[in-house]
Amino acid sequence: MTVIAIAFYLLALVTLASGLMVITAKNPVHSVLYLILAFFSSAGLFILLGAEFLAMLLVVVYVGAVAVLFLFVVMMLDVDFVKLRQGFANYLPIGLVVGLVLMGELVAISIAVATKGAAAGNQPLVATAAEPNIKMIGHALYSTYIYLFEAAGFVLLVAMVGAIVLTLRTRPNVKRQDIFSQVTRRRKDAVEIVPVKTGEGISE
Amino acid sequence: MDNFWASGWGWTIITVGETLAVIMGVMVSLAFLLWGDRKVWAGVQMRKGPNVVGPFGLMQSFADFFKFLFKEVIIPAGADKAIFLLAPLLTFVIAFLAWAVIPFAPGWVVMNINVGILYLLGISSLGVYGIIMGGWASNSKYPFLGGLRSAAQMVSYEVSIGFIIVTVILLTGSMNLSDIVTHQGGGIWNWNVFGGGGQLGLGIIKLPVMFGMMVMFYISALAETNRPPFDLPDAESELVAGYQVEYSSTPYLLFMIGEYANIVLMCAMISILFFGGWEFPVPLPLAHDGLPYILISLLTFIVKVVFWFLMFAIAKAIVPRYRYDQLMRLGWKVFLPLSLVAVIIIAGYRVYGGAL
Amino acid sequence: MRLLKAPDMRPVFNSEGLGDLMNAFLLQYLPVIIFIGVATVLGLGFMIGALVIAPKAPDTEKLSAYECGFNAFDSARQKFDVRFYLVSILFIIFDLEASFLFPWAVSLFDMPNGGMHVAFWSMVTFLVELGLGYIYVWKKGALEWE
Repeated sequence: MTVIAIAFYLLALVTLASGLMVITAKNPVHSVLYLILAFFSSAGLFILLGAEFLAMLLVVVYVGAVAVLFLFVVMMLDVDFVKLRQGFANYLPIGLVVGLVLMGELVAISIAVATKGAAAGNQPLVATAAEPNIKMIGHALYSTYIYLFEAAGFVLLVAMVGAIVLTLRTRPNVKRQDIFSQVTRRRKDAVEIVPVKTGEGISE
Repeated sequence: MDNFWASGWGWTIITVGETLAVIMGVMVSLAFLLWGDRKVWAGVQMRKGPNVVGPFGLMQSFADFFKFLFKEVIIPAGADKAIFLLAPLLTFVIAFLAWAVIPFAPGWVVMNINVGILYLLGISSLGVYGIIMGGWASNSKYPFLGGLRSAAQMVSYEVSIGFIIVTVILLTGSMNLSDIVTHQGGGIWNWNVFGGGGQLGLGIIKLPVMFGMMVMFYISALAETNRPPFDLPDAESELVAGYQVEYSSTPYLLFMIGEYANIVLMCAMISILFFGGWEFPVPLPLAHDGLPYILISLLTFIVKVVFWFLMFAIAKAIVPRYRYDQLMRLGWKVFLPLSLVAVIIIAGYRVYGGAL
Repeated sequence: MRLLKAPDMRPVFNSEGLGDLMNAFLLQYLPVIIFIGVATVLGLGFMIGALVIAPKAPDTEKLSAYECGFNAFDSARQKFDVRFYLVSILFIIFDLEASFLFPWAVSLFDMPNGGMHVAFWSMVTFLVELGLGYIYVWKKGALEWE
């Protein structure tokens, strides 16, 4: 067994074990921390494949952004997880169906990769010292797959709009700082000098 | 014995040695930088600062270290013990992990990877976990609020840091930090802060854009490391000490070392991305693989990093703290659009600038 | 003095080393593990050092949560403004956008078959799409804090 094989099995084992811990851990915060560990070991698997850009992306996007959101939710939303767990049996059938569909998709993808894709020796984008794998991704993404790239932009746009529509609640009667009106305010708009005669006061 | 160093064990021994050299080097420098930080702060306020331990108080940080070591480790009764202790350890490890890809001098880098910048970005985005975990595990209100604030703040400024880094990559065409530095070689005008060379004619447009990016990177770095004027997570008048309230002894020390290691890392990043890293301001008449050249390069890099650390220290001393809504406004409404426009300007210049 | 060599002259394993398949690429990443190990040992050492050396005299007052001298009013776990989640969702979206920019910035100037202009304008379109979203977010007031 080579060192690479040992590293692969170790990382795969850690990924699977921490994935299992995500759904079995009692404390939801611990679940998210195990999820982060799973992301990390998958990043290690990507590096073993020579896909350094994807590995870094996994860390930057999933660990650095997505998991922070999860952590926010489980720490601060004050969800009663015990109550959620009580309905576990009710959701079991639908969960099983979704799980089976997902598994079928994964098997299909694996077969496709094994017969037609990188595993069959078709243009694997492997990094070498001379040609970094990120450059090859760039060359493919911004020429051959340009429409998919633009479609990804639209998906992100929809996600942005969706996030606003779902979560934004404007609170009325809250004081906000309006920088523009603050800096464009002039002395004559705010102050008026009125000559006051003794004993008469100011009318109005 | 040349063969031994090329074998597996020799390689491991060398790498462990390099790692220890980097970590210990950074830690010892931190001790003196911390002293410098306090001296600058004191100087601005017309105090003397630490001046008792050792000559000019230079040994103050070491005395502080032992003081931390002799204090009781307090773990609050309601805390999640494992995460409470894991949080400072994580902060500490992550802060030093990033130093693996920093090139100190030509060839003096532990990990010379192709995606060095992304690695740095990924590692610095992990820094937020130590803070959230510490704030949450303490099971107390001030740490919790501090952790929450800090997370939203770091996350907001990371976006603009990412875009600013893209402008640098556009100028140098590589994400390898050593390549970025060598690309800026050959004199002060090739530094990215001045547009990375070729400023004559239309290229002058790069100069104000890149200078602006440097200033924005500096300010974002202040926010990213929770330094004043953006130290809202531990604003003592509102949150006592933020996420660190419940920490004492060495767990607190680990938080603090991690924080300062991140600050110095940001200084190193500014030097590498915008000020030519180890490159001397004028071309040197020395062979590029000779020892004198490497030592001068190392010294140049250190001087640049110390200069930027002093800028951090001065900002801490003279700038009043931001309010939270102002902080978010600056990040999302000013830095984000400006850095995006800068990306398009730099790319547009490099694509069409030659033809015009 | 191996340190003085150029970065690409790091010693590469030969076949009697750890493994013949381990190439120079993976070798570049191996120091991460060593870094994690050394830093963890050091950090744990500090913590255990304090646990061993320092006095230990806990009492209930010392171990209670700090709240300016009062007893804690209520639990520290509480609901939070949805704005924090919104910020982190927007962060994910812009982070993804930035991650599209990185390979583009690296490969833009040596696109094969003169694809440079196409690649440039495709990214401009992409950024305009997201710029529209950004303007929408701004106009809706999601970036305001009160």
